[in-house]
Parts: sequence; structure tokens; C-alpha cells
Amino acid sequence: MAKHRTATPPLTAKRSRAAAQTAPPAQVSAKEPARGDGWRRRHLLDLDDFSAAELELVMESTDAMKEVLAREVPRVPTLRGTTIVTLFYEASTRTRASFELAGKVLGADVINVSASGSSIEKGESLIDSVRTIQAIGADLLVLRHGASGAPYLAAREANMRIVNAGDGWHAHPTQALLDAYTIRSRLGDIRGLKIVIVGDISHSRVARSNLWALTTLGAEVVVCGPPTLLPAGLDGGGDANESDLPPVRVEHDLDRAIEGADVVMALRLQQERQQSGLLPSLREYSRLYQVNGERMARAKPSAIVLHPGPMNEGVEISAEVAGGTRSLIEEQVANGVAVRMAVLFLLLQGGKAK
Amino acid sequence: MPKLLIRNGRILDPGRDVDLVGDVLIADGRVAAVGPNLTADGAETIDASGLVVCPGFVDLHCHLRDPGFEYKETIATGTQAAARGGFTTVCCMPNTQPVIDTRATVEYVLRVAAAEAAVRVLPIGAVSQGRDGHQLAELAELAEAGCVAFSDDGAPVADGALLRRALEYARISGLTVIDHCEDPDISARGVMHEGWVSTRLGLRGQPASAEETFVARDIALAAQLDAPVHIAHVSTREAIALIRTAKERGLPVTAEVTPHHLTMTHETVAFSTNGDAASASSAEPRTETLRYDTSAKVNPPLRTPADVAACVEALRTGVIDAIATDHAPHADYEKACEFDVAAFGISGLETAFGLCMTLVQAGGLDLPTLIERLTAGPVRALGLERSVPQLGSLAEGAPGDVVVLDPEAEWTVEPERFASKGKSTPLAGRTLRGRVVATVVGGSVV
Amino acid sequence: MPEDVLMSADDVRRAIVRIAHEIVEQNRGCQDLILVGMRTRGVPLAQRLSDAIRDFEGEEVPVGALDIGLYRDDLPARGTRIEIKPSDLPEDIAGKRVVLVDDVLYTGRSIRAALDALIDYGRPQRIQLAVLVDRGHRELPLRADFVGKNIPTSRGDEVLVQLEETDGIDQVLVSERRD
Repeated sequence: MAKHRTATPPLTAKRSRAAAQTAPPAQVSAKEPARGDGWRRRHLLDLDDFSAAELELVMESTDAMKEVLAREVPRVPTLRGTTIVTLFYEASTRTRASFELAGKVLGADVINVSASGSSIEKGESLIDSVRTIQAIGADLLVLRHGASGAPYLAAREANMRIVNAGDGWHAHPTQALLDAYTIRSRLGDIRGLKIVIVGDISHSRVARSNLWALTTLGAEVVVCGPPTLLPAGLDGGGDANESDLPPVRVEHDLDRAIEGADVVMALRLQQERQQSGLLPSLREYSRLYQVNGERMARAKPSAIVLHPGPMNEGVEISAEVAGGTRSLIEEQVANGVAVRMAVLFLLLQGGKAK
Repeated sequence: MPKLLIRNGRILDPGRDVDLVGDVLIADGRVAAVGPNLTADGAETIDASGLVVCPGFVDLHCHLRDPGFEYKETIATGTQAAARGGFTTVCCMPNTQPVIDTRATVEYVLRVAAAEAAVRVLPIGAVSQGRDGHQLAELAELAEAGCVAFSDDGAPVADGALLRRALEYARISGLTVIDHCEDPDISARGVMHEGWVSTRLGLRGQPASAEETFVARDIALAAQLDAPVHIAHVSTREAIALIRTAKERGLPVTAEVTPHHLTMTHETVAFSTNGDAASASSAEPRTETLRYDTSAKVNPPLRTPADVAACVEALRTGVIDAIATDHAPHADYEKACEFDVAAFGISGLETAFGLCMTLVQAGGLDLPTLIERLTAGPVRALGLERSVPQLGSLAEGAPGDVVVLDPEAEWTVEPERFASKGKSTPLAGRTLRGRVVATVVGGSVV
Repeated sequence: MPEDVLMSADDVRRAIVRIAHEIVEQNRGCQDLILVGMRTRGVPLAQRLSDAIRDFEGEEVPVGALDIGLYRDDLPARGTRIEIKPSDLPEDIAGKRVVLVDDVLYTGRSIRAALDALIDYGRPQRIQLAVLVDRGHRELPLRADFVGKNIPTSRGDEVLVQLEETDGIDQVLVSERRD
């Protein structure tokens, strides 16, 4: 069938957007065959089992959402009559606002439930809370939780769609999608790009989800940080099979890691890592692992810098780089809304959850 | 008391090298005779043709939760579960509320057991008062009251000086100290084994070395003091290597392993490998949605395939003396929650035999050895025959505790039908081959 | 599945040229005219109409692309391919005469969605509809202003428009669905 996703012919595009510039080829992963064209997911829990084709589909849909957001009145009726609930057990202004806006632009009703000021504070269990939210008629739950795997528990216990907005150290799939999208919109096809992720990989759900997404899209991913902040087994060996963890290279020397990089992603360093003895001092950390101008000079001239925020300028990233021309950090935030719109749209496209 | 004649079974009494087809006669609550073609007038008869008859199993390590946590388990329900699993003697850990650290609590357990228990209950006393790891409990009085060993299980004896004093002081009664080996600084509140699965799941891992450093410490103390120490639920290859060396040197060190550490790996937490260590190592990509299976949350955690293989081998060669269930029942709600906050523990009494039979079926172990590690092995490890003469054997005059097994019978694990109040097991829905047909305690079928 | 060719490449070409003439005639020239193709096959059709108009009128009529994925009321079942692309309108459509271009007019629901989408971009002076094929069975009170060919069909039939740009060949096929 001639249903290949060739790009439509270039139009008299006055409103041309970076989003529409690139049209990466469909099938890219050597790792996993695309499993059909259809979107069959009820939940977005992580990207570990996404095919390259699925990731591409999300990013293509994001292009369309960017167009909507660029309109004078960014509002479409797509999810009218749909109720989305955000339930955040950890504070996160940015992610929550991003989901809320995404839902509203698509015409959904969005209700925010905070862990404080609700029955959750009185010790209601996660399962009870999820069931209550379902009972009030929610079609989709956006869940942020400090315990890894909490969204999986919610997905098992509920009939509504579940979107993981960050669980413990485990996954933050929409952040990884927006990172991939941001890279793609600036550098084109992700395949073959050298992407360095720097910092506290152990405790980073952003890093984990990014490792899956970026390797599935064919990037050469290098993780770099002190051994005390790298999780067990990432550098191979042990009893893991090849497909059990994302295929990345581990490097402890940032100068070496950053050599020829297309993308450098700095992760937030929590102060408590020093307090818990994983680091001698912030000073030594930033001396060894800060993404700064000198180090960025070793990357490709076209290289870009990402950071999932919130940043500790002067610790994991220098102010000069964070605010510099290579930094796409603000664009990441802007793309976040569009990516989350795409995710909500794809998960709810079949109409209301039954 | 009526007589009981169990006829025509394969009689396995590995502690005495007995393996024959014949009959077991129990009279007055004790084994009266073992041999071919026994007769007894008026005896109740069990036809054990095609079945295995052996001494009742002895579990060195279970949690009956009574007193204090009766919502999790009681002495009555826990011992019913034991009986279903073929265990006729269970040693119960002292992490109750109050802790079994006084004569009064020991007497409570024994009194309730005498009234309600389906099988023999042998209490284990706490090493430290309140299991708080600071002040020795009155070990001598605990022994007088009926404790058969000492342990702060659930937690290690973290303070090495306290453990040293406990080992010395326990000499008064001649009892063994059982240690849950886990260096709390190294394990750092890990909720599963530290390895690629914990990395995949984003869960806090506890490394194997947390167990191994304490095993090494305990062995050093046992060597210095020539005092017996028993390593609870061994789970790592390096810990086993340490124990093997200690035993080769003739040190008074014994060890136990759980059925789950003999058969399941850390992958069980994430994937439905069906609890089978062998099938877990296929090269197929795992695309299944991650499970975060709290029923596989247990301490020590399920380890790697190499650890599992080392446990099986150590059990076969006798480096590990006994299989102990570490039956750790919890209420449903303590497991139906986020993995981080779920309780540690598997409800293990009722599945122990069937699960261990997978080792026999896979060829890693022969049936007589398996039975030995469930009977004579545990009795020898803690010297339980001093408390109950001839326990774990079918010698004439031994307790009339017998289990009849069908090694070929298949059954499906249905936790909702457990006698135990604890329904949490990673084996739910799994079909096992090998089941307990009848459990006889003191000459009566229970 | 038996397939009949209802329009050949020549038929398609002639229909486009004719519609192009009708558009210019009805609108009395190309003033304020915009051709907006509905994804996927309406877009190349709109481009061809623009090309045709340039050939005989010498004027460049701007072409836009409209994706109605976010406006549908008949979202497909789970598991089917769903593709949404950015809409791309060449200029402000307020006060303009917009000709919507699609390949097949059937129930009218896509057109309804397209009208909603268009109006979100501004208030055109007028919206007209051009389609290559009208196969009947309307479920909404809509009609096309310009039609390449009226093709009576039964509901079970499938009408397939293929175009060089998307499918490598220009033709219109009808096949009977068995169910």
C-alpha cells in the first residue's frame, strides 16, 4: 500500500515552523521492529517498550500541536467532554501547568488534585485515591508520585487512562518525549547523533526515560557522571540480557565524553546527594561534571544543550551555557505543552475510556 | 490413642539413610515401627501406594505474628498453614508485639500453641530486649522457658559487640544465635536486590555485599568464640562461599535457605518470569509492562540467577543445612500499595514443598536430599533434638510426625485458599508438581 | 475485492481543469481567493487547481493545507493509524474567499470538521467546497460547489482516490466491500 508517510509537498509556508522542517524516515530502530502503524496504548507509563515508529508518531502529532499553539486563539475542540485529572504527590509547578494547559487547549476539562489539602493527607491509599478519581468520571489521570512504579499500580487498578508524570527515580516519559522532540526539531533525525547525558543518572527518572527513547531512535548515548551516581548494571556485565537495559556507553570523564557531541543534557543535581555521602562536595562535582563553555567547545559546533529543569546554575551547568545560544532549555518548556497535547490526544483518541 | 498405619509408601528418612517401600506404624503419638508388611489391629490406615512417606518437615524460620499482629497471622492460622505445607514443627521468630524477649511472652506462645496450634511450635527468643539491638535479653531464662534459639530476625544484630556478647552468653544454655545478615549501612533501605532490575525499575537496591559483610563478621565471631551461629536465609553466592570455607575449617556455622531464594530471581519483581529462574534467562526482549510485583518483595531480596544457582548447589552439597520458609504473612493492604512502602515477605509455608520440587524436577537436587534439608538437616543445624528427642526422623520412639507426599501431583497455587492469613506470594496462579497429601502430628492427621 | 476504475488519469486531469475554470468564473477572478486542501489528498488537488489557474489566468492563487484530525467527531477505533499533521494556511483567511478542496465528499462530517477548523483561523468572507468525487450519502446538510464527478455508490462500497503525489498514479477506484 502506498501509505508511506512521505511529507506533503512544501507549501507556500509563510508560517513555517521548525517543526515542519524535518521529515525523518519512518522506521529507524535497529533494536525493535515497528509493531504496526496503530496506536494501541491505553497508558503512557514509560518509553522502555516504545518502538521507534511509536516515538515518531508522537513527535509527528506534536508538530500538529505546535501549530495549534501558534494560533492566535490556541484552542481546539478535540477532547471536549473529556475529563482529565492531575494528581501530584510531589510538587511540580512546571509539569503540572504544562499538562493542564495541554488538556485545556484540546478542550478537555482539567481538574487538579493536590496531595496536600485532600484526603491523601489523611492517609488514603493510592489505590483508594485513584478509584475515587475514577468514580467522579475522569477519563485520564496524570499521576506524579515519589514511589517508582506508582503509575503501574494505578494502571492495574483503574479503567481510566494513566499518564506517568514522573514516578520516583523510574520514569518521566513526557519529559523524554519533549527532549527527543526538541532535539529533532533542531538537529533533524536523531539517528546517529551523539548525545551525552551528564550527572546524577541513578536518581533521575528523566535520564532513564531518555535513555530508552534516544537509543530506540538510534542515537549513540553516553552517560557521564561520578560512579556513585550511576546505577548498577548500566555499563553492561552482570546477568542482564542485551535488551534489558538501554545500550549506552558509560564514561566518567566529561571532557572525553563530550568530545564531538551533538547534544549535551545536564541533569539536576540534588543537594541531598552530597548530604547522603554520594559526593565529597558540590565544588568537586562542578569541577568535574559541570557543563560549561570550555567543555562545550569540545562538542560539535552545532551542538545543543538541554536541561530538564529546574537548574542549579553554577553547579551542573554554568550560567554562561544555560543562557547561551546553544541552550534550548526554554524551547524544551515550550515543546512540553505540545508533546503533552499529543500524548493526551493519542491516548484519548478512541473517545472516552470505557 | 488410636494407632495409625501408613501403608505401602516409599519411606524416606534421609537422616538415617532409610529409603524403602513399606509401612510406618504410629502408636501413642510416636513412631512404633517402620518396615514392610506391618499390621496393627484397629489401626486407622492410610494407603500411601505410589506416595512418599517421610518425617514431618521442620521449619527453622517462620513468622506467626502472634502476639501483636494477629491481623497478619495467628498461631492457629500459621500452624494450619504449616500443616498444609507438610511442616509438623515450626520455629517462630520473636518479632512480635511484645517481642518474645521475656519468659511471659514465651509462655504465652507455648500456651496458645498447646491450645490452638495444628503443629509443634518452638519459639525463638530475641537476642536483644525489644529487638532494639542494644541490651541483651535474658537469654538464659528464655531458654528455660522453652526457646530453642535466639534471633533478632527481621533485623540483623547490627552491633557486632552485642552479637559477640550474645554468642558468649548463649553458651549458658547451649543454644544457637540465628542472624539475619544485612549490614544496614550498606543495604541503605534498599527494597530489592541492587542490580540491573533495580536500575530498570528505579528502585533503591540493596547490594549483595550488605549480606556478605555480615556473614563474614558472624563467621569471624563464631571462630573466635567457638560459638555456634546460624545464618538465616542465605541468598548470595559470596555468602555461600564464606560459609563453605567456614565449614571446611570446622567452624560452628550452619545456614538455611528459603524456597524462594532457591528458585526465583530479582527479575520476578519486574517480569512474570513465572518465578522460574531457568526460564528467566532467555534472550527474548522483555516487552511486558513492568510489574513492580510487591509479592516478590522480600528481605533478603531475590537475587541473580548466579546466586540462585549457588544456593541450589550449596543446598545439594550440604554447605546449606536446611530449607527454611521465612514464612512472612502480611495483610492484603500491606502489599496492595506502592513497592517502596509494601511490606517485605512471602507467605511461604504452603508452597514450600511444591516449589522446592521444581529443583528436583530440574535435576538440581534429588528427592532424598531435598527431604533431608527439610527434616534432619534443620534439626541438626539448631540441635533441636535436645528439645525434642529424635525430631525429624522416623526412628522408633521418634515423634509421630509424618508427612505423606505425592511428588507427581500437580496443583495450582490459589492464595485465596491458603490457611494462612497471608495471601501474598509470587506463585499465585502457578502450577506446581508435588503436593502434600497428609500431615500427621503426634499420630493424628491434621 | 473487485475494483472498477471510475476515473482514469485523463478524467482526473480534465475534471481538475474544469473545476479550476468554474472557480475562477464563479468568483469572477482570483481576487482574495485561497485554495485550502484537506489532508491528505485534498492538498495536492488544491495545488493542481492553483497550477491550472495560473496556466490560464496567469495569477498565483495561494494554497494551504488543513488537517482536521483535531476537529473530527468520528475518531477512529483504537489501534487504527491516526495521523495528525500541522495545518498550514498561507495567510490570514479573514475576509478571504476560501475554497476547501477534498478528494471525496461522502457523509459530510469531514467537511463539517474542516469548517470548524477553518473558522478557528479567522472569519472568511465566503467558504466554498470543491471535491473530485461526490459519492452521496450525506449525513449533514452540506453540498459541494464544484464537483469533478458524481458517482452513485452504495454505503458498502469503497471509493479510493489515488493521486500521483501520494500514490504514484492518478485514478479513482470503486470496490464493493464484502461485508
